[in-house]
Amino acid sequence: MSAALRIHDLTLAYDRHPVVHHLSGEIEQGALLAVCGPNGGGKSTLLKGIVGALQPIGGKVERLACDARAIAYLPQAADVDRSFPIDVFDMVAMGHWRSIGWFGGLSKTQRARVFDAIASVGLTGFEDRPIGTLSGGQMQRVLFARLLLQDAPIILLDEPFNAIDQRTVSELLELVARWRSEKRTVIVVLHDLDLVRRVFPQTLLLAREKIAWGPTSEVLRPENLLSARRMVEAFDREAHECERAA
Amino acid sequence: MRARSVSIFYDLLIAPFIEFEFMRRALVGACALALAGSPLGVFLLLRRMSLTGDAMAHAILPGAAVGYLIAGLSLPAMTIGGLAAGLSVALLSGLVARFTALREDASLAGFYLMSLALGVTILSLRGSSVDLLHVLFGNVLALDEDTLLFLAGVSTFTLLALAVGYRALAMETLDPGFLSSVSKAGGPAQVLFLSLVVLNLVAGFHALGTLLAVGIMILPAASARLWSPDITRMTLIAAVIGLVSSAAGLLLSYHFNLPPGPLIVLTAGGWHVVSMIFGLSGGYLRRLPPRRHLEA
Repeated sequence: MSAALRIHDLTLAYDRHPVVHHLSGEIEQGALLAVCGPNGGGKSTLLKGIVGALQPIGGKVERLACDARAIAYLPQAADVDRSFPIDVFDMVAMGHWRSIGWFGGLSKTQRARVFDAIASVGLTGFEDRPIGTLSGGQMQRVLFARLLLQDAPIILLDEPFNAIDQRTVSELLELVARWRSEKRTVIVVLHDLDLVRRVFPQTLLLAREKIAWGPTSEVLRPENLLSARRMVEAFDREAHECERAA
Repeated sequence: MRARSVSIFYDLLIAPFIEFEFMRRALVGACALALAGSPLGVFLLLRRMSLTGDAMAHAILPGAAVGYLIAGLSLPAMTIGGLAAGLSVALLSGLVARFTALREDASLAGFYLMSLALGVTILSLRGSSVDLLHVLFGNVLALDEDTLLFLAGVSTFTLLALAVGYRALAMETLDPGFLSSVSKAGGPAQVLFLSLVVLNLVAGFHALGTLLAVGIMILPAASARLWSPDITRMTLIAAVIGLVSSAAGLLLSYHFNLPPGPLIVLTAGGWHVVSMIFGLSGGYLRRLPPRRHLEA
């Protein structure tokens, strides 16, 4: 299996304080990777670094499977303006942006794929509903449907199941399984360790530094979880410059 | 009887435009502004930038004032000055928001206040209070050929440019994070939009003045939001309200011998009050508890 992403000694920082510190590793094509760790441990920051929304202060991310804009990314709190007057169909259809651009129309097949995507998240019949009338879980399904259309080789999800009921979670997990069978690389930030153990073969445990990275059962061992919990969350205002060799 | 009511109708609504060329010019100019202003207003509203329009209108002043200082009441000089001032304030406040701790609203407020004070100072260097009034409140009844062509040109260009940038602008408003993750269109769409707003405000200040130009943009859009949640319908309704307000405001100003600019905006304000009460989509009466609820 060839690598989809290669991370070289990556340091991501806010105001020079590292949040992801000297991280290296390789993510294979078709991998299903969970990223776990304490709050402030750099999980979301890592995804931002991978998608290119945050420039690394040191090291780099090599995107071998596709360029940055072809990565599908669902941020933790998607800054969707829910009061914007747009219906579910149009919202999902924007997953086609990369092929339709500023003013291309939707072809018949593209329209059909929008309906398919809406159906696979179980929202058939909602096509004409304004997004402002959806519940939190329904909105998350809409965002998943849009991700489906992006047809991305790499998919990043940041805590996609927060505040979502069990049924929806298991339905959305089916989509994740489908992506996996299609050999897409899926990286998901998650808090629910039971879910990680059940579904995700690979895990990265991140607490600013890499605590462990590998098969889930080995990574999520008590001693690793303990050392992840020991991470000091606050920045040290008096911190010296890091002199670790690159 | 019937002939008489027709003739009253004619005297009130049609005759002023038939008889006086300056009224016809004013109508054409105001309609051009209202047409281009309605989609811009709808987007300002959706982007929660209604007050930004107002701030930008103030920001134009020093540029127009410098143009006036150099060339007097000249269309090209004041237009170029206004555009330069408006665009630089928009650009600078965007940059400051990006590279300092200040948010966009605070940095824009800072720049437009400086801009406004500078503008009034420059105007006081030369000219009477009449000139100041012209810049602040415009003179829709004194539109010459060139100004009229300019207004029509700006209106046409705005509608064409919005047609091209519509999808990117809508996405940038709805979900900027997503747009920036799939394309680089976000920045250009934002710049295009702000430039169009500035361009229309500059066009507007020849007719309505810097302070009221933004009125014909925002009021119809805010009213339209109360009639429909759909963006296309909202834009159409805003355009209709803008056009009707332009004509009605001019007629009221003619019959009651009052200044036209404020009356156009006041008429749009009247529509706005009506919409707030009766609007089918979020007006006050709609918000009263309904009698019966549905089954599912």
